[in-house]
Amino acid sequence: MLRCRKPTPPGLLEWCSPSEQDLQGPQGLPLTLGDVCLWLHAHLPLSDTEPAEPRTRDQKCVKCKEGLPVVVIRAGDAFCRDCFKALYVHKFRAMLGKNRLIFPGEKVLLAWSGGPSSSSMVWQVLEGLSRDSAKRLRFVPGVIYVDEGAACSQSPEDRAKSLAEVKLVLQTTGFPWHIVALEEEPVGTEGAYKAAVDSFLQQQHALGADGVERQSQHCTQDPHSPTGPPTTAQTQALSRLFDSVKTLTAKEELLQTLRTHLILHVARNHGYSKVMTGDSCTRLAIKLMTSLALGRGAFLAWDTGFSDERHGDVVVVRPMREHTLKEVAFYNHLFAVPSVCTPALDTKAPEKASIHRLMEAFILRLQAQFPSTVSTVYRTSEKLVKAPRDGCVAGPHCLLCMCTLDVDTAGPSSPCAVLGPGTRECSWGFVAPEVPSAPLCLQIAPRLLGLRPHISPRCSPLSRRPGWLLGPAAVLEWAGPPAAAGGESLSRPVMPPTPLWSAPWGCTVWVRPGVLTEGRARRSVQHALQGGPPGPGHGAAVLQLPSEHEGLALLGALATLHPV
Amino acid sequence: MAAPLSVEVEFGGGAELLFDGVKKHQVTLPGQEEPWDIRSLLVWIKKNLLKERPELFIQGDSVSCHSHPATHHRLSHRRPGILVLVNDADWELLGELDYQLQDQDSVLFISTLHGG
Repeated sequence: MLRCRKPTPPGLLEWCSPSEQDLQGPQGLPLTLGDVCLWLHAHLPLSDTEPAEPRTRDQKCVKCKEGLPVVVIRAGDAFCRDCFKALYVHKFRAMLGKNRLIFPGEKVLLAWSGGPSSSSMVWQVLEGLSRDSAKRLRFVPGVIYVDEGAACSQSPEDRAKSLAEVKLVLQTTGFPWHIVALEEEPVGTEGAYKAAVDSFLQQQHALGADGVERQSQHCTQDPHSPTGPPTTAQTQALSRLFDSVKTLTAKEELLQTLRTHLILHVARNHGYSKVMTGDSCTRLAIKLMTSLALGRGAFLAWDTGFSDERHGDVVVVRPMREHTLKEVAFYNHLFAVPSVCTPALDTKAPEKASIHRLMEAFILRLQAQFPSTVSTVYRTSEKLVKAPRDGCVAGPHCLLCMCTLDVDTAGPSSPCAVLGPGTRECSWGFVAPEVPSAPLCLQIAPRLLGLRPHISPRCSPLSRRPGWLLGPAAVLEWAGPPAAAGGESLSRPVMPPTPLWSAPWGCTVWVRPGVLTEGRARRSVQHALQGGPPGPGHGAAVLQLPSEHEGLALLGALATLHPV
Repeated sequence: MAAPLSVEVEFGGGAELLFDGVKKHQVTLPGQEEPWDIRSLLVWIKKNLLKERPELFIQGDSVSCHSHPATHHRLSHRRPGILVLVNDADWELLGELDYQLQDQDSVLFISTLHGG
């Protein structure tokens, strides 16, 4: 619940429709939205302090004291064009240099969405690598563009038009570029994917400090995926997937998850060890608050920090963290940075259509009154630490977001997504047969599917410490209307699911809802794996959902796997 | 009595989606008693150019700016995230809504919220 001991900040409750006001995070999260709002209210300067005097054209640039000011940054600092450019470039370089994560000769993949921030980032890299700049950057970049038209329900003609514009821009950069469609979320056998990762790791050892720049590679497709544009079947499968997700919030989260997995897959396949994304300061502040609202408070440090090492061999880096959207827009306009505008999921959506939009509006309006909002939230995110919680050993990881599960396996009444053998119920209202399963981060699955987790008070506590086993599992019910049957053992006859497409190691497979026999569940999931039966290093879980939702099957080699 | 003004109005960063995808508009503002300023220009745009979803461009009587705390009027109904440049300079340097338009000025509205 949003508990406010002080009077709520002006306009806060205005943004929350009644259903958002009773947001509840799962137990044990360090921060709630209410706590953060209270903190913001206490720390932001009040509007009755004298605001900075509005700068006029008569005053000079604050830095060089002689140029005509063009842009106002922060609370009233006016800069002329050249000083602004110097400041902008300096911020970018300082962010890279301060963190010392990118080494000379390293292969870095730039994730370009066509939007202003990522275009600005690509442009900065381009300028930084040019030979006449002082202290030029010394890594080897490539650019990737993910075509999300199917998720946003664009017509094929519009998609082709955007792709043509995109290709034009990519060719001018001169970097090796990749265009992948979201439908190609890794196709191919699990064995091939794993082999790709293994070969990359071997290559890393052999590569050493090779500083050769390879400018001549132009790959358009992931070599492991079928050549040519994505098939209609794949496009329809993706459209069906997104249509089955009920809320815009869940759709956006799903899109982000799939996009991240796809970019990482391409990075692994082509030997990139770093991925740079163009998240700006404003966007990260909005993302921080949105993650809190969605119950991902435990993972803020990874979601909004400079570097994100969850995925093991590929590190995601955010060099545009200190640039606000205003600076980015000004720079792009003043220095003619090319960008491509494509419609997104939430284009023209009303303000309360999703939690992301709500937070965006909240933060930006707060920023208009309290100009230090975004920088305050940003500085907070800098202080977040990536240490695990006390008393929590490094446990298994969520298959989708790769974060350590934030549930306690020890307490008798804590919610647990791990369904062990002989466990009839857990406090989330599952009724699980005696088959093993893979752990799943509790926040991801409900959000993706647009459901709220249902804590049924009638469920008896877990009778024994759950473990997790090898092999597939089946959950017969998800808590939702009608209420889950509590306590009885359910052994309904089931039909095997039909896989829409299969994904290798570490990725997600979506299947139609079906009813599984316990005996046939194992065989059907094996069939879906297309790479052979799950070995000792693999776990799989199939969630059976009410008929209006797609089923979800997750395959993956888990970070740790213990027999019961 | 202000003479008719010829002004170039441009939209970028995704804002053009609200104007049928047309980025540049050369408009002639009719003569009127009060001199034209940004506030009245916005009203004019809303009436004549804006094709759909007016609440995504304007709320109350203004678009909002990012970093300058406004010194007047209700702030709870502004549409934040749209930058305004007049002749390639930030409108905050020119007095925001009260800047008086001159002939042959170029006003650019950039949406920062679209894409990333």
